[in-house]
Amino acid sequence: MEANTLFDKIWDAHAVKQVEGGPAVLYIDRHLIHEVTSPVAFLGLKTRGLKVFRPDQTTATPDHNVPTENQHLTIMDELSRHQVDMLKRNCEEHNIKYHDLQSDGHGIVHIIGPELGLTQPGLTIVCGDSHTSTHGAFGAIAFGIGTSEVEMVLASQCIMQPKPKKMRITVNGELKKGVTAKDIALYIISQISTSGGTGHFIEYAGQAITSLSMEGRMTLCNLSIESGARGGMIAPDETTINYVKGRQYAPKGADWEKAVSAWKELKSDEEAVFDTEYTFDAADIEPMITYGTNPGMGIGITQNIPKVNGMSGSDKSTFLKSLQYMGYTEGDSMIGKQVDYVFVGSCTNGRIEDFRAFAGFVKGKEKAPGVTAWLVPGSQKVEKQIRNEGLDKILEAAGFQLRQPGCSACLAMNEDKIPDGKYAVSTSNRNFEGRQGPGARTMLASPLTAAAAAITGTITDPRDMM
Amino acid sequence: MAYDKFSKITSPAVPLPVENVDTDQIIPARYLKAVERKGFGDNLFRDWRYNKDGTPKTDFPLNNSSYSGKVLVAGKNFGSGSSREHAIWALYDYGFRVVVSSFFADIFRNNALNNGLLPVIVSPEFLEKIFQEIEKNPAAQFEANLENQTFTILKTGESETFEINPYKKHCLKNGLDDIDYLVALKEEITAFEEGK
Repeated sequence: MEANTLFDKIWDAHAVKQVEGGPAVLYIDRHLIHEVTSPVAFLGLKTRGLKVFRPDQTTATPDHNVPTENQHLTIMDELSRHQVDMLKRNCEEHNIKYHDLQSDGHGIVHIIGPELGLTQPGLTIVCGDSHTSTHGAFGAIAFGIGTSEVEMVLASQCIMQPKPKKMRITVNGELKKGVTAKDIALYIISQISTSGGTGHFIEYAGQAITSLSMEGRMTLCNLSIESGARGGMIAPDETTINYVKGRQYAPKGADWEKAVSAWKELKSDEEAVFDTEYTFDAADIEPMITYGTNPGMGIGITQNIPKVNGMSGSDKSTFLKSLQYMGYTEGDSMIGKQVDYVFVGSCTNGRIEDFRAFAGFVKGKEKAPGVTAWLVPGSQKVEKQIRNEGLDKILEAAGFQLRQPGCSACLAMNEDKIPDGKYAVSTSNRNFEGRQGPGARTMLASPLTAAAAAITGTITDPRDMM
Repeated sequence: MAYDKFSKITSPAVPLPVENVDTDQIIPARYLKAVERKGFGDNLFRDWRYNKDGTPKTDFPLNNSSYSGKVLVAGKNFGSGSSREHAIWALYDYGFRVVVSSFFADIFRNNALNNGLLPVIVSPEFLEKIFQEIEKNPAAQFEANLENQTFTILKTGESETFEINPYKKHCLKNGLDDIDYLVALKEEITAFEEGK
C-alpha cells in the first residue's frame, strides 16, 4: 500500500472529484463565518437566487470589528454596527447558528470553534480568515479562504482547490524555560521566511511539538500562514482527545468511541514522503521578538538586529524600509527598547493558558506607569475562566484591566488602535506597517515577553524575572 | 462574482518595486467595513498613497501621472497576509486587470483568479527587466496574453510564458466562476455525503 501523509489521508477522504487539469472539488465539514468577509458572499447567493446548501455546517460570530468595551450597548461605529447586524440577519434568513455578542458561545471564530467542540480531528474546516490554520492543531485540514470561496461553501459545501505540496517541520528536544509555542513559531518563520511555506501545507512533529498543550499547538498552527503556508497540522493524540471530550459538539456515547478509534489512526505513515522537510532543535530557541515589519523579521531576545552589511538588492531595501518604519538602527539590541503599549489577545494568544502565563508573571508586580495595556480575552468562555480562576484579581492588583472578547488591536478594525509612532509589544500575529493602527509600530512576542514589557516599560528578557 | 472576460491586455504598467506587499498595505483593515463590493479602489494602498491629512503622497507610483495602465508590476511575495478578497476588489476597482510579480502568496493568487484579476508569475530576472523598461519609458507598452500564456515587453519583443491551470484559464476567458460549476454538481456532492 502507498504510504501517505496525514494531510493526504484527510484530503483524499474529502475529494468529491478531481477536475481534469484543474483543482479538486473538496468537501468542507465545518465552515465558520464572521461579519467582515461574509456579507458579499450572502449578497452573491441572493443575486443568484441560491439558498445555503447545508446551514447546520456553518457557524457564525461577529469578532473582527466589535468593540471590546461596553458590549451591552449599541455599537457606536455605524459601519461596524451595520456589518454585525447584517451577519445576524443573514444567519436568521438562512438558519445558521449565530453566537451573538455577550452570549456564552461568543468570541474570536478560531477560539470558539475548538471551545465548542466543532473543531475535531480528521475534518476539513474553512473560514474567510487566514488564521483558520489554527484548527490544524487538532489534526484537521483547516485553512483560510476568500469571500468567493465563502460563497462556494454556502452554496455547495465545497470549494475548488489545487492540492498543495507537503512539508514537515520537526522540532526535536525539550523547550527551555521561558520559551513558548509562540517562540517556536516566530523562530521557524525567522528561519524559513514569510514565503518559505508558500504552496505547502505543514505537518509539525517532534518532541517539542507533541509536548505542547492544545493551546500551544493552536498558537503554533495559527502562525503557519505567516510562513506563507496555507495551514499547519499536528497528528491527534491523547492531548487532543482529552481536549475534545465532553465539549458541546463533540461526539457522544458510542459515537465517541468510534470517533476516537478513527482519530488514533490519523497520522502520517512512517514511509510517507514530504516535498519539503525542515528539522530544528528546541534548545536553539529562546524567547523571540520581532524588530521589523513582517513576522519573519524576528530574533532571539538577547540577539541584535541584523546588520545591513552582506545584504544586497531587494533584501537590503526591504530591510532598510522596515527599520526606518520602526525607527530602529541596524545592529542594535532589542533589550531596553521603549514600549508604550502591550496587547495580549487575538486568535494567536487569546486563550486561557496565555492569560495564566501573563497573570502568573505579573503576580505581585506592578505595571509600568508609561505602559497602556490591553488584555482582551479571546472569547466569553476564556473571560469567564479567567474570573473563575481568580486571575482577574491578580491582574487588577498589578494594575491591569480586562476588556471584552474580540479581535481588537490585532487588526485595529475597531477603536483599539495603537497611536501613530507608538511602540506595542503584541501577542498577535502580524507586525505589518499600520496593522495595529496607522503608523503603529508592532513587536510580536509571547505572553511572557509581553508581561515582562508591561512591567518594565521596555523590551525585557522574561527569563531574567522568572 | 461577475467580472470581465479576459483575453489579451495591452497597456502601460505601474511599477511598485517593493517586496512582501501584504494585504494590509493593499487595503488596510479599517476600510473593510462595507457590505457590498463597491468603491474599494479609492482606498487601494491607502496609507502608502495618502498623507494623514488625506493629501496624496507625491512619491507614490499611483500618484505619479506619468504611470498609468491596467498592469501593476510588484516585487516578490505580493499579497501575503490576510485572506481578505477586498484586496483584489480594490485592485480591480482601481482598474488593474493584471498583477505581475516573481512570487505571489497562495490565498491572494486564488482570490485573484476567482475575480478576473490575472496574476502573472515571471522570473526574477524578467521582473527586473520589466521594471527597467518602465523606468526608461513610463509609457512603455506590455502585453498579457492569456491564450498564449505570455507576458511581453512590446518594445523589445522579450517575452516569458507563465503558468495557469487549464481550468482557471477556461474560467477567466469566459468570465465564469466556480459557483456555477459547484451548484451544477449538487447531486454528486449529495451522493458523496451519503457515502461518507
